[in-house]
Amino acid sequence: MTASPPASSPPTPRQSFIAQARYVISENVVTFGAFLLFFVFVLFALFGGAIAPYNPLTSNAAVALSPPTLSHWFGTDDLGRDILSRVIVATRLDLGIAVVAVALSFFLGSILGTCAGYFGGWTDRIISRVVDTIMAFPLFILAMGLVAALGNTVENIIYATAIINLPLYTRVIRSEVLTRREAGYIEAARLSGNNNLQIMAFHLFPNVLPVMMVHISLNMGWAILNAAGLSFIGLGVRPPTPEWGIMVAEGATYIISGEWWLAIFPGLILMLAVFCFNLLGDGLRDLIDPRLRT
Amino acid sequence: MPRPSTPILILRRILAAFPSVLGVIILTFILTRALPGDPAAYFAGPAASQEAIDQIRETLGLNRSLPEQFFIYVGELLRGDLGSSLTTGQTVLSDLLTRLPASLELTFAGLLFSLTLAIPLGILAATRPNSWIDHTVRVIATAGVSLPTFFTGLLLIYVLYFLLGIVPAPLGRLDILYSAPPPVTGLYLIDSLLAGDLELFWAALSQLILPAVTLGLFALAPLARVTRAAMLAVLSSDFIRTAKASGLPSTTVLFSYAFRNALLPIMTTLGVVFSFLLGSNVLVEKVFSWPGIGSYAVSALVASDYAAVQGFVLTMALLYVGLNLLIDLLYIAIDPRAGVES
Repeated sequence: MTASPPASSPPTPRQSFIAQARYVISENVVTFGAFLLFFVFVLFALFGGAIAPYNPLTSNAAVALSPPTLSHWFGTDDLGRDILSRVIVATRLDLGIAVVAVALSFFLGSILGTCAGYFGGWTDRIISRVVDTIMAFPLFILAMGLVAALGNTVENIIYATAIINLPLYTRVIRSEVLTRREAGYIEAARLSGNNNLQIMAFHLFPNVLPVMMVHISLNMGWAILNAAGLSFIGLGVRPPTPEWGIMVAEGATYIISGEWWLAIFPGLILMLAVFCFNLLGDGLRDLIDPRLRT
Repeated sequence: MPRPSTPILILRRILAAFPSVLGVIILTFILTRALPGDPAAYFAGPAASQEAIDQIRETLGLNRSLPEQFFIYVGELLRGDLGSSLTTGQTVLSDLLTRLPASLELTFAGLLFSLTLAIPLGILAATRPNSWIDHTVRVIATAGVSLPTFFTGLLLIYVLYFLLGIVPAPLGRLDILYSAPPPVTGLYLIDSLLAGDLELFWAALSQLILPAVTLGLFALAPLARVTRAAMLAVLSSDFIRTAKASGLPSTTVLFSYAFRNALLPIMTTLGVVFSFLLGSNVLVEKVFSWPGIGSYAVSALVASDYAAVQGFVLTMALLYVGLNLLIDLLYIAIDPRAGVES
C-alpha cells in the first residue's frame, strides 16, 4: 500500500453502528417516539406503585362511577377505585407475563431450533413435527385449552403463551442456522477443535441473535395481546388484581349504559403498549436487516 | 422431473393432512390427561357421586395404560363421542353442532369484510409506493395488528350503538322480535334468503355487521401488507414491463396480469389469517353475546366444564386443518406450477 494514509482513522464497528442508528432515528421519528413510549412503560412497570396517585385496590363508594375529572383523570369504576392508578399498576403484571413468556419461548426455541438446523436428520424431523403439531392449532385456542388443562393460574398463562410462541422461534432459528451451517467460519471452528456444543453456542447462535431481536420485539406485542385476551375471557388473573384485560372485561358491562371510561382507558393503554412494541420491532428491523422490510 | 398430474397432487396434499390430524388428536389427548389430580373427578364435575366418578373412570379407561387409553379415546372420537357437557346436560357434539353455524357465519363475514378492504388498499399502496396512500396503509396495517379485538368491539359498540344508535343492541344473532329462519344451512343470512324473508335478512345482517367488522379489522393488516408486497414484486417483473411496452391498457396489466400472480402469496397468508380469525372469534363472540362455539367454550371454561372445552379445542383445530387443506387445494387449482419445486 503506497497510497497516502486516510485523513482520519476508519470508524470502528461500534462508531459506525451509532452513526447508522442516529441516521435511522432521524429518518424514522416514529421509532424514536416508540422508544420513548417504551421507556415510560418500563418506568410504570418498575415504579408503578409509587407513580400511581391512589391505591389501586382502595374502593371509595362516594365517587363510584365518576367520569374523568381533575382528581380522577381516567374516572373511577363501580367501586370508586381510581382507573388511572389501576392502569399504571397493571403495567408490571401485563408486561411481566409477556416478558417471561417470550424469554421462555426464546430460550427453548433457541435450543430446539439450533439443534434441528445443526444436526438435521432425525433430530430435525422430530422437532419439526412437534412444532408443526403446535402450528396445526389456532394459537389462541390452543392457549385456552392449555390453561384449562394445566389449571387457571397466572403461571399457566405464562406457560401457555410461551408454548404457542415456540414455533415462531424454533422455525426462524432453524432456518437461520441452516443457511450458516456450511459457512466457512463454521468449518474453521470445527477444524480448530471445537465440539458441536461450542460451535452451536459460540459460533452459530451469536450470528442469529440480531435477526431474532426483531422477532422478539414484534412478538412481545403479540404476547401482551394474547395474555390480555386470556384474562379478558376470565382465565389467569383474578379480580381485584389490576390487569388491562380484566379491567376491559369488567368495564364491558357498563359500555351499553354509557359509562365508557371503565373499559376504554385500560383498552387504550393496552393498545398503546402493543403498538409501541410493534413500532419498535419495525424500527429495529430497519436498523438490523432492511431487506426484511415490506 | 415432470410435473405430477393434478389429481395426484390433490391426493398427495390430502394425505399430507393426516399427520396434522394425528398430531392434533395426540395433543388434545395429552391435554385431557394432563389435568392435575384425578381427571375422572374433573369430568364428572364437583357435584358428582363416587359411582358417577367411577363410571367415568371406566368409560375413559383411566385405570388402564396410556396407549390403551389413547385407543379408547380415538375410538370414542370416531363414534363422535366427545362426552357430555356439565352445564347444558347435552352431549358436547350436539352442543357444538348447533352453535357452529353461528361461528362460521361470523368468521366468513369477517374474512369477506377484510378481503374486500385489504386487497384494494394493498393494490393502491403498491401502485403508488411512498405516496401518502402508501404511508396511510402502512400505519393502518401496524395499528390493525395492535388492536385488541375485544377493545375494538367495545369501542364500536359505544360509538355506533350508544352514541349514534345506528346499529341494534349487541345481543346475539337476531333481535328478540324475530324468530330464526327454518334451518337449511344454519347460516341466518342464507336461510332467510332461501325462505324469501327479506326483512329477516336485514335483521340478521344488521346484527352481524358490527361483530364481523370487529373481527375483520384484525385480519386486515396482514392481508393488506402481503397484497402490497406481492403486487410490488409482480409489478417490477419483466413480463409486466413487456405488457406495458406492448401498449396494453393499464387496467388490463394491473388486474389480469399482475393481480392474478399476486393472488398466490395472498392465498398462502390466508392460512395464518384463519389462525387469527378463529382465535379472535372467541373474544368477539364474548363481547357481542354471539351464540357460537366460542362463547360456549368461554362459559364452559368459567364453569370448569372440561369435556366441553376439550371438544371445542379439538373442533377448532380440525376446522383449521381443514381450512388449510382447502386453501392448498385451491392453490393447486390456481397455480399450474404448484408442486413442481417440492
